[in-house]
Amino acid sequence: MKPNDLTFEHSNVQTLVHAQNLHKHFGNNHAVDGVSLQVKAGEIYGLVGSDGAGKTTTMRLLVGALLPNAGEINICGYDVAKQVEMARSTIGYLSQRFSMYEDLTVLENIRFFAEIRGLSSSEWLPRSMEILEFVGLAKFIDRRAGLLSGGMKQKLGLASALVTRPRLLLLDEPTTGVDPVTRQDFWQLVVKLVANREGEGVSVIISTPYMDEASRCHRVGFMKAGKIIAEDSPSNLRTRLNNRILELRGTPLKSLKQIAIQDEDVEEAAAFGDKLHLRVKEGKSNIVIARLQKQIESQNLNLISLREIPPTLEDVFILLTEFNHD
Amino acid sequence: MFNSRIFSIVRKEFVQLFRDPRTLALAVVIPIVQLFLLGYAATSDVRNISMAVWDQNKSPQSRQLLDAFRAADYFVIDHFVGSTEEYQKLIESGSARVALVIPPDYDRAVLQGNAQVLMVLDGSDASIGSTALSTARLVGQSFATKILAEQASINGRSALTPPVEVRTQVWYNPDLDSAYFMIPGVIGMILSFITTILTATAIVRERERGTIEQLIVTPIRSWELILGKLLPYVILAFVETFEIIIVGHFWFGVPVRGSLALIVFTSGLFLMSSLGIGLLASTIANTQQEAMLTVMMYNLPSLFLSGFFFPLEAMPQALQVVSYAIPLRYYLVVIRALLLKGVGLEAIQSEVIALAIFGIVIMTAAALRFRKRLD
Repeated sequence: MKPNDLTFEHSNVQTLVHAQNLHKHFGNNHAVDGVSLQVKAGEIYGLVGSDGAGKTTTMRLLVGALLPNAGEINICGYDVAKQVEMARSTIGYLSQRFSMYEDLTVLENIRFFAEIRGLSSSEWLPRSMEILEFVGLAKFIDRRAGLLSGGMKQKLGLASALVTRPRLLLLDEPTTGVDPVTRQDFWQLVVKLVANREGEGVSVIISTPYMDEASRCHRVGFMKAGKIIAEDSPSNLRTRLNNRILELRGTPLKSLKQIAIQDEDVEEAAAFGDKLHLRVKEGKSNIVIARLQKQIESQNLNLISLREIPPTLEDVFILLTEFNHD
Repeated sequence: MFNSRIFSIVRKEFVQLFRDPRTLALAVVIPIVQLFLLGYAATSDVRNISMAVWDQNKSPQSRQLLDAFRAADYFVIDHFVGSTEEYQKLIESGSARVALVIPPDYDRAVLQGNAQVLMVLDGSDASIGSTALSTARLVGQSFATKILAEQASINGRSALTPPVEVRTQVWYNPDLDSAYFMIPGVIGMILSFITTILTATAIVRERERGTIEQLIVTPIRSWELILGKLLPYVILAFVETFEIIIVGHFWFGVPVRGSLALIVFTSGLFLMSSLGIGLLASTIANTQQEAMLTVMMYNLPSLFLSGFFFPLEAMPQALQVVSYAIPLRYYLVVIRALLLKGVGLEAIQSEVIALAIFGIVIMTAAALRFRKRLD
């Protein structure tokens, strides 16, 4: 099959990323164990999972920074195994670890990565200024990258990844260790990027351990032990748990949790800040609510509220990480 | 072949080098420090050997003998003693390296033509000992010849001339100044040490700081990346070479008799080996420290087996064979011949061919091992 056949056969929506059955192991550790994924133009795809699930390794395989032990990757029509440099010319990649030069300034970093990606001097400067303006670093162009805050470093990484106008952005945990306000900023930039350039077909693959970020993606792949164990839109993933999540508020939370777990129809009780989320068996929510209210009353504990709520992605994540799906 | 992407890397590398004053200072100052250390301290010329004298005769004749030793320029008489125990103590403590014992009847014995003096030598330092030994013999011989000539002229006969005389001519370095030998060697040492260390750490640093990950995912090709990373250190190496040649010439008076073009050409060939070793080390090491140690494991043996300190001819046969595998060996022959003898290419062609082969083989091996990947 010729590389182009994979992506350009559908005239309406292109599939920019086409990865088939990827395997990567380091010794006995199967970091990526049979991952397949497809990402369409204009899509934000979230790779979600706890630390060590294989997200970073998957990202590195997609950009050809690691060689897979098995599997095929096609990016924007280029086979990564055979035309890796062509494939890379379509990708902007922001690695998990800060990988700009700390002893160069913001502008020098952008310039360097723009030039080695083949941009001429007449191209890189106006485009860099535009992008630095876009990410909010225009005031800091002469600052050494090592002196930037964590959030600004990530924005510099993003700007550097954007300077060649890639069709695909790979963002590996871009918001880990970044303050909440900057996280919001960062996401707005990503959303704006996809919205702005939908006509040109830019796609984003973003990995994150945060469920609130996962819920902003068009599609989410849950990773566990090197496998994607569930993949769907956030709303479809949530409907799997419709009518099965109860929210319990009261004090003391520890004792309330003890009682909840002992109930035969409660599968899981997880603390969400000052409240508990209880996952109950299919169709049992009303029975559980009645039974728990009685129990809590009889033990003289303080119950503020106990009600059914729409499931969150985090509930889904907890369910998925509990069970082995292979 | 030279494109703007390579130029971008070269420029970036120089910007980083100039922002890192410590590395820059090391690269520029170390050659000069080495030059002065090896030009002065590591000299194998033995002068000013401290001498103890037990003159039991104290005659004009014995004083003449002492003057002959003083005039030889190798000995400094700074102890006059009166017993065997005294000079023994001086030699044991290292205050004197040699002791000269003149017997009580020396002046009479000289006249009879059978005088004997005793020279005791400290052999614990072999190079001082051997210099003192041969110099003392020479001084004795020429002094004896002089006395014979004097006696002959007193007796009205013409002076005896020995039937065979070896006349010596020392070429290239008439004063046998060991700085002449050391300083061209320093060029080889610097081109080997500094270049391997700087190239290995410059590449490993990218891995250590994580910047390699961003470099890898750019469409730049491996050979462009290698060239861009190595070129700045080629330039730096030539700056160092000329730095040593200039200081060596104007301060130590080391001649520059060969053609500069040939020096640049052969140094370039030798640099390929050094850069290749640095690159190779960078594919093995994960941290800058590991990189340093790895290149040291190459540099130190190569320094000792190349004829830098000790002449190759003095080495055991087995080590001489090993030395053929060391690029520095050939470069030292070449650079010494070019600076001191001013030879042309034909005189050093076998060494030049060896350097070219080593350069190409090491560089190719390193380039093949170098992967634009994380694993």
